[in-house]
Amino acid sequence: MEHKSIITKKEISLRNFFFQWEWMLVLIFIVINVINSNLSPYYLDAAQLLDATMAFLDKAFIVLPMTFVIILGDIDISVASTVALSAVIMAVIYNHGVSMVIAMIICLLVGTVCGFINGYLIVKFKELSAVIVTLSTMIIYRGIAYIILKDQAAGKFPTWYQFLGWGKIWGIPLILIVFVIFAILFGLLLHRTTFGRRVYAMGNNITACRFSGVEVDKIKVIIYTLTGFMSAVTALFLTSRMGSTRPNVAIGYELDVIAMVVLGGISTAGGKGRIIGPIISVFLIGFLRYGLGLINVPSQELLIIIGLLLIFAVMIPNLKINTKNIKFINKF
Amino acid sequence: MNDFILELDNISKSFPGVKALNKVKFSLRSREVHALIGENGAGKSTFIKIITGVHQPDSGDIFLFGKKVTFANPTVARDKGIAAIYQNTTCFPDMTVTENIFLGHEYVERRTNRILWKKMHERARELLRSIGSNIDPEEKMGSLSVAQQQMVEIAKALSQDAKILLMDEPTAALTNREAEELFAITRRLKEAGTSIIFISHRIEDIYKIADRVTIFRDGCYVGTWNISDITRDELIKLMVGREITTLFPKKQAKIGNELLRVERLYRAGVFADISFKLHEGEILGITGLIGSGRSEVAQAIFGIAPADGGQIFIENRAVKIDNPLKAIKLGIGYLPEDRQIQGLVLPFSIMENITLPVIEELSRRGWLHRTAEYIKAKELAELLRIKATSVFDRAYSLSGGNQQKIVVAKLLAARLKVLILDEPTKGIDVGSKAAIHEIMSDLACQGFGIIMISSEMPEVLGMSDRIIVMHEGRVTGEFDREEATQEKIMEAAITKRIHQRIAEVL
Amino acid sequence: MAEIILEKKSRILSFAKFRELGLLGFIIILAVFVQLRNPSFLTMENINDMIKNTAILSILSVGMMLVIITRGIDLSIGATLALAGMISALTVSSNPHMSPITTMLLGTAVGIVCGGIIGFLVSKTSILPIIATLGMMNVYRGLTYMVSNGRWVSANQMPASFKAIATGKILGINTLIFIAIVIYIVFFYFINYTRTGRQIYAVGSNPDSAKISGIDNEKILWMVYTIMGALAGLAGVLWVSKFASAQGDTAMGYEMNVIAACVLGGVNIAGGSGKISGIILGSLLLGILNNALPLVNVSPFWQQAIQGIIILVAVIINALVKRSVDRNNLIRRKI
Repeated sequence: MEHKSIITKKEISLRNFFFQWEWMLVLIFIVINVINSNLSPYYLDAAQLLDATMAFLDKAFIVLPMTFVIILGDIDISVASTVALSAVIMAVIYNHGVSMVIAMIICLLVGTVCGFINGYLIVKFKELSAVIVTLSTMIIYRGIAYIILKDQAAGKFPTWYQFLGWGKIWGIPLILIVFVIFAILFGLLLHRTTFGRRVYAMGNNITACRFSGVEVDKIKVIIYTLTGFMSAVTALFLTSRMGSTRPNVAIGYELDVIAMVVLGGISTAGGKGRIIGPIISVFLIGFLRYGLGLINVPSQELLIIIGLLLIFAVMIPNLKINTKNIKFINKF
Repeated sequence: MNDFILELDNISKSFPGVKALNKVKFSLRSREVHALIGENGAGKSTFIKIITGVHQPDSGDIFLFGKKVTFANPTVARDKGIAAIYQNTTCFPDMTVTENIFLGHEYVERRTNRILWKKMHERARELLRSIGSNIDPEEKMGSLSVAQQQMVEIAKALSQDAKILLMDEPTAALTNREAEELFAITRRLKEAGTSIIFISHRIEDIYKIADRVTIFRDGCYVGTWNISDITRDELIKLMVGREITTLFPKKQAKIGNELLRVERLYRAGVFADISFKLHEGEILGITGLIGSGRSEVAQAIFGIAPADGGQIFIENRAVKIDNPLKAIKLGIGYLPEDRQIQGLVLPFSIMENITLPVIEELSRRGWLHRTAEYIKAKELAELLRIKATSVFDRAYSLSGGNQQKIVVAKLLAARLKVLILDEPTKGIDVGSKAAIHEIMSDLACQGFGIIMISSEMPEVLGMSDRIIVMHEGRVTGEFDREEATQEKIMEAAITKRIHQRIAEVL
Repeated sequence: MAEIILEKKSRILSFAKFRELGLLGFIIILAVFVQLRNPSFLTMENINDMIKNTAILSILSVGMMLVIITRGIDLSIGATLALAGMISALTVSSNPHMSPITTMLLGTAVGIVCGGIIGFLVSKTSILPIIATLGMMNVYRGLTYMVSNGRWVSANQMPASFKAIATGKILGINTLIFIAIVIYIVFFYFINYTRTGRQIYAVGSNPDSAKISGIDNEKILWMVYTIMGALAGLAGVLWVSKFASAQGDTAMGYEMNVIAACVLGGVNIAGGSGKISGIILGSLLLGILNNALPLVNVSPFWQQAIQGIIILVAVIINALVKRSVDRNNLIRRKI
């Protein structure tokens, strides 16, 4: 009896290794690239590909903390509005004569405060779900952006600021470098620190965490604050690329971000998945967009693909878990 | 023979790892109140679920009006005239009383299927009045008190023309006056021709209301008596049953200085006026029925749900504990009652579970230090003899006893002085039970102060140096190891309230 | 002491009970305030205009209320509305003789398909409503662009009979308002006087008990999202007719206004409760705010933030009231 259970466990772990969601993503990623390169002769040009990353990496910064949020079993749909608000405030105070560096710092600060407010409200009013709290702050943050800038655009940034979104160091886009750095930092935070361990524990069983002396509220607030901060980082790069900003900037980003995280194998039920998954899916969706753009598929129609990807991504892991871990699930 | 309207014969039911019912029998006469009593874990709730069709028995027969029947699901049982009122009502809080009564069999206009609210409200009012209640049927269910909700559940049973009514611990959440009202209604129902199965912990309830009584113990049938043929003391003795065996090798530890003192701890609506002391090397048993506020007191001391008033002293220093982390830092650990929900992160490995409360101390400035974790976890796992292939096994793959040892290991990983163990041996096999008891004894000898909350009489009597009995949020008895007996404790746990009331009146 | 507690409790209870009166009171105070600042507010013409503008919002909130009662949420309705509006506008511009009724039915049918798909996802697979509707929102929005090739359908491409849906009158009442009233009456009857209607509440109030009581939870969920889709489809036709244009980004983000109207109207986001009268008032309040803010010289750009704050404050007050009720219930328990 004892022996048997050990053997089956090993089999499962072998199967696990080969059928990991991340490999699946890598496979899809390769398939997309092969198709793309067949469709367009320009596709497989290394410099071009690197340039392409500049176009989609802005929102990828939010994917990293959103992975934490979804591992907790929560969701934050206010991120796009946070991007808009921090970008708008940065632009407006710069246009009022404040130096660009300080404006950028304030941009980060605004995002951080937005995130902190989300987290604070969520732990203070546990009766309210994260969905409803971030839904209201989503409207409020963007509403404030509208109050500040009406339907105007603000810009005329110094030329050096463009470097953020367009610049390259040794041929590698700056945004890619920064993203890789952040990805490593978040990866370490999630997989190599006690903080990450507790995040997983909370996603799996928040009650047991509370009984184990884990400061669950504090960790939640930190994660939402980080999400706000990273939204502001997105705001910095996005504004730099666009050269100006408007209150309706980044509309729909929350959806893209959530889609990438979920596609990356992070279960919406919480507690599962690794950060490499969402990182792969950032590039997967990015190159998919780029490739389809090369063969002139209009970007609006990509919405359909992203939407369907999101739904299938949620559906497929659900099915997988159901067959594999039946024994475990039955215990509940 | 045929005067039984419901008869269950040789019913057995097993769940993985537990034999919940072993060839029990039960018979219900028409127009009688038949009490079913037993300790926690005697198999009462499984028995109810079999009568109401939630579970099907593994073997045995059920006869309804002399005919053999099977209750494949709850709807079948309900259609055959069996209704149940549960301890925790299963109502729709956002809907009106009327709807709760009639959901599933509303009065509708024949042709249009329009719901006839007026008629239903009237009928609901009638039903409620017939059981002596003047609840407004248009009131929302959620705004009623528990007692009122129970009235509605009874009315619901009546509206379904139930011939057999099951009442599961109906008085558990009621005040004495509310309970009296419930008894009056029960008597009236009986006179009107309903047969009632009355499940209760409270012996005094049974003497007030029941005609006959059946006792279950450890999933077995003990016997059935006319209530006039059996004394209260005999009843308690039969219910508790077991002799205290030598299963628990308690080593007498040296009782040292005071570790923890609690004074007049109070939480609104949950417990009041709780005072006790705990010393080094001492095992303090707290017992009482489920719902007596035992776990709530423990959780107040541990900071999960802090008390509203009163004081906690640790080594004579007044402390304020408003979250578990603070409690742990002050040296208080809590082993929760529900290990799967409160104790363990099931998909985590043994190691990750054990180190969760002390992960910060085992880290290098916040970076995981897996070697340190491994050493700590392995040491504790070996000390407690957790049976697994390695400390990397997932918690969900282990047996109940080994899971419980992980939770104990979590406590030992932290530097603690006071351990509060809530039902430390609930639902685990005999071998693991003895192991846990041995660990407790050892810990006491090492100078820990242990508070053990338990419903199991032999465990309480066998392990404790002192015993506190709680009832409805108050301490109703305190005994030294030498003077404590099962009967005295049972008496305090279930009947003390009456004496107290008499004292108040006098 | 006991008396004080009791008194407090009854006050809180009455607050919950008369939330609608409170909302009505707030609307009246707001109206009086605006009227004092700008006398053109309470003119027949402006009131008519205001109600007309609220009609579509309130039609959608009926569907959203049903969804929220079952503990769900639907973020896709703006996209469904746009898709149904676009398809019917395209159809009607190529068949100018199509009757308005047929057009409305067409829009509704599109909505039913859209809602049915979401209902399937929510009820039959274990996808959270927020994820399912977020995903399908994208799909429907993308389809809208696809069927129109990214172009607009503008006023001059639409036959007069179609545009007349929004301007015409039935029994002396503007058609939009008339349709809204019919929908109120139908759904008032449905959720209060039919078994299926009550089952929606049961599923939201206590899903486990509902299942034990023999209710088919999945069927109810599927139905609720389909109804939501149907109403969004109908609203799409009305919207396009009213604004005389169909675009790819029609009603983008409008789902937030609808959710706001529901939350303001006392629909509990945790499921189980909500009343037609509440959401009428909720929609009306939003309508008045949108109409009145410009009249008292508040820039229209304030609208969104004010709306958001109102939603947040409404849900927080709800939570606080519930907390104090629970706490008082505990205190009343004698131990």
